[in-house]
Amino acid sequence: MARVLPTLRKQGAPLADGAAQRARLDAVPLPRSFAEALRSANLYPLRPTAIEILQINVGKRCNQTCRHCHVDAGPDRAEVMPRAVIEACLGFLERARIPALDITGGAPELHPDFREIVTRGTALGTHVMHRCNLTAILLPNYADIPELLAAQRVEIIASLPYYQARETDAQRGEGVFAESLVGLRRLNALGYGRAAGLALNLVTNPVGTFLPGDQTALERDWKRELKRRYDVDFDHLYTITNMPISRFLAFLEQRGRTADYLTMLANAFNPAAAAGVMCRTTLSVGWDGTLYDCDFNQMLELPVAGDVARTIFEADLAALAGREIATGPHCFGCTAGAGSSCGGAVA
Amino acid sequence: MPDRPHYYHRHDLPRFGEIERGAPDLARKFFAWYNAVFAEGTLSAREKALIALAVAHAVQCPYCIDAYSKDALEKGSNLDQMTEAVHVAAAIRGGASLVHGVQMLNHVDDLGM
Repeated sequence: MARVLPTLRKQGAPLADGAAQRARLDAVPLPRSFAEALRSANLYPLRPTAIEILQINVGKRCNQTCRHCHVDAGPDRAEVMPRAVIEACLGFLERARIPALDITGGAPELHPDFREIVTRGTALGTHVMHRCNLTAILLPNYADIPELLAAQRVEIIASLPYYQARETDAQRGEGVFAESLVGLRRLNALGYGRAAGLALNLVTNPVGTFLPGDQTALERDWKRELKRRYDVDFDHLYTITNMPISRFLAFLEQRGRTADYLTMLANAFNPAAAAGVMCRTTLSVGWDGTLYDCDFNQMLELPVAGDVARTIFEADLAALAGREIATGPHCFGCTAGAGSSCGGAVA
Repeated sequence: MPDRPHYYHRHDLPRFGEIERGAPDLARKFFAWYNAVFAEGTLSAREKALIALAVAHAVQCPYCIDAYSKDALEKGSNLDQMTEAVHVAAAIRGGASLVHGVQMLNHVDDLGM
């Protein structure tokens, strides 16, 4: 398959639009709605437990065009978080004393102020997490970033769907696995995945229309195989379910599998996973400063609901901590089986 | 029974539990035992899924092939491992035929000059 594909936005595809995606998902007949599933678990309406993570999506630019990407990120995307939004995020982080900052994208490194966001975030005493695709750090203008992350003790959460090329390249583009290995070895050489305080966690999304397996068992296999084959080390493996959003939704549509996939997710609803969904502890900020309950709602253009401020400029922690979380059929993706979050399985 | 275009239908697989309409106690015992068999043990759940996939091909059960192709992927197996498992099943089936050639040889030796 091609190394880099045009995004849905670039193609002018209808599913580039969040409202069109929501309409498609809402049209799938399911055994019960997500709200009904929450009611059965005594979790409706869903509310935060405590806001522990501020996740900022600094833009949709990426050097990869993964087939499952819920962001529809790629080299042709121009959205980049402006300075004023960055200042508002850092101000809120300090004012609200949120313990963790999760930087995502796109490839966050491609943001011109990425280095500053990292250093100012850690200077606040915040635990900073960087969502890394393992290949942006190999680009000439970004080669200094791994050293910066190590110096700042930033946790790296890196995408690697499988421990060999066929599966990884099928999802992320031809040649991505080989490049990712270079990135992993670079991080290992700096102590990531090997030294205390330099956490390197990997993320695997299924390469297809099935649920991820048991996270502990997969981590054991990934550790054994990456060590044996490539002498690569890492700390933990996070399993994340493919969300029926953006490019994965387009893939499902292309295969005629949208209804089957959503039904599989709905039938696998796990109340324990629902109780631990990440939107209960995370506040998500879009590149333009709009507030969302999670990165998935962000891509569906479904901002925080109710009588709360909708942007980071007016964000109020107390009001946001009591908000009702906006949900929809896509939420079955986070509650299926062992559950799924930016930190992997939740149940 | 309504006319059905195929004898096997993928929508029938999730109905497996309906077998308990008759002899429910036996069904409950079977499913409890079945689940215990596939739990993580001395063999990993991933290894057991690969064995199940191979046996599914040996007994040529369409439901089992559907279920354990997906299960093997979910458990983290890849196409190479799954294909090798199917080859093991094929080798045993082929070998089982061929090794009976010794019985043929016994007859040839007995009947011939």
